[in-house]
Amino acid sequence: MPESSASVPALAAALRARETSAVELASAAIASARADPYNAWLAVAEERALAQARAADERIARGDAPLLCGVPWACKDIIGTRDVATTAGSRILDGYVPPYSATVVERLDAHGAVMIGKTNLDEFAMGSSNENSAFGVVRNPWDRSRVPGGSSGGSAVAVAAGEVTFALGTDTGGSIRQPAALCGVVGMKPTYGRVSRYGVVAFASSLDQVGPFATTVEDAAIVCQALFGADPADATTMPLPDEDLRRDLERGVRGMRLGVPKEYFVEGIEPGVERAVRGAIRELERQGARIEEVSLPATDGALGVYYIIQPAEASANLARYDGVRYGLRVEGPDLVETYKRTRGAGFGAEVKRRMILGTYALSTGYYDAYYVKAQKVRTLIKAEFERVFERVDALVTPTSPTVAFGIGAKVDDPLAMYLNDVFTLPVNIAGLPGISLPCGLSEGLPVGLQVIAGYNQEATLFRVAAAYERAGGRLRTPGAQSASRTGAPTPEAEGRGRAPGPEGGLRPAEGVRQV
Amino acid sequence: MSEIDPRVVRYVADLARIALTEEEVDRFTRQLSVVLDAVGKLREIDTQAIPPTASVLPLENVMREDELRPGLTVEEAMRGAPVRDGDLFRVQTVIEERPPERAGA
Repeated sequence: MPESSASVPALAAALRARETSAVELASAAIASARADPYNAWLAVAEERALAQARAADERIARGDAPLLCGVPWACKDIIGTRDVATTAGSRILDGYVPPYSATVVERLDAHGAVMIGKTNLDEFAMGSSNENSAFGVVRNPWDRSRVPGGSSGGSAVAVAAGEVTFALGTDTGGSIRQPAALCGVVGMKPTYGRVSRYGVVAFASSLDQVGPFATTVEDAAIVCQALFGADPADATTMPLPDEDLRRDLERGVRGMRLGVPKEYFVEGIEPGVERAVRGAIRELERQGARIEEVSLPATDGALGVYYIIQPAEASANLARYDGVRYGLRVEGPDLVETYKRTRGAGFGAEVKRRMILGTYALSTGYYDAYYVKAQKVRTLIKAEFERVFERVDALVTPTSPTVAFGIGAKVDDPLAMYLNDVFTLPVNIAGLPGISLPCGLSEGLPVGLQVIAGYNQEATLFRVAAAYERAGGRLRTPGAQSASRTGAPTPEAEGRGRAPGPEGGLRPAEGVRQV
Repeated sequence: MSEIDPRVVRYVADLARIALTEEEVDRFTRQLSVVLDAVGKLREIDTQAIPPTASVLPLENVMREDELRPGLTVEEAMRGAPVRDGDLFRVQTVIEERPPERAGA
């Protein structure tokens, strides 16, 4: 049985060598999604997946298939899929089956990638623990009593558990990078405007971006290559010249200037997280990068900016769920009462809190004090990042102040929950690209290293991340899909079968790409 | 110290068209007070002469030709309707009809 968690180039090579087939890969992924013990999946799209896989096999046989052709992937269930139910993790979309697919899904379809199904998430992507899903909490494969992070928890787990090769998530304040960190995989948020949001359930429109989860930095770059590009259906996508996002993967960091913002190593960060991240920074220095401490003082205001702008935009976006055109309807004595009952019954607690917060911040008398004030501080945060990127090529920080925490530990304390994203949300406020990749373990749980680059500098982001990955290694999730795989044995393949070492499974990944 | 109290939560929930239970009103009042105190720290940041940012994109007034393109069929657009009446979404009466004898009175 081939292993769907093999890297994209490894699978592409195995498919072309006829060592496996897209149908075989899809069947294996469907079986593992069905048997998934973490509640990562909301739906398995078996018929669609097998039809795509058969088409992929034909295309590969014709010899004109792109790299992603036949590769199994998982789709966060906030991304609309034609004829496949899309819930956004909410009861209010009960029974909703989109009549069209998001542009990102169409692009992956065009590449021949095989969508296995839809993954669990915090309701409307509001959360950082996946406990806000109307369909139950997702469990972290490293420790099932802990959260996987969120909001794209199901996508992170599907990749970490080796059920699929890559997954899509959305990231509004850290919803790709934080669960990637907590589950020990790579998660990437592109520059705002590089990926179409058309067909993605809108949360906070000036912050949302779609991006990949993968087991390697190169795979994340390959998926981005397929997703990036202007979309006539989304006026907030940027027309940019085509570029090869993988061109700098092997260049290393010698001579690069990397900034370490001192505001990202503050009270609240776990000592084990700081130790792992400082270790990663030393490794980049050892490879020849020039490390500079920098300061981003407006970081202090980022949480406030985020928790005004994001709920404000969400309160407007979610006004559409009124029980009239699709989804749940709970009848009341008149239309307004029908709206209120539908929304009262259809939304979970976190969504209601944010609707109230956002409506409040936009209401007469508070609009200037909250909303406009937050937009002004947003200008300061963006300007600080722009200034710092005149001096450094990229920033390196922790992704999350903590490792995965226990299920239930923060559910009744929204502010504690919101602080999970304190290192990721400034990146969304400014619209920059950011990536999280594993940088070791603390107390046996994965720690994420975040790399942030300037606008549209994804190639630089991948360059820095790949340099660290070569030395720091990928993490092997305990109990992930089994060791047998297609293709010639590689150090990576052998590593997979190895029992977790003293650090609980950290293993070197030299030669990962030489398949 | 925030200005949130149960009365404000009820009022704002009404604006947002969300029915809340009394238990939710109490819980959200407590939780939102804490959150508003935290975001209220923004007041300490000097933003005089700083313009607001609504979008980080360097794009303005994105235009395209206004051309006919294929769209959803009526059936596709209607298929998720909770209650429909032919090709219409059915909702409750919004404006009551006046009884004819009083029309114009």
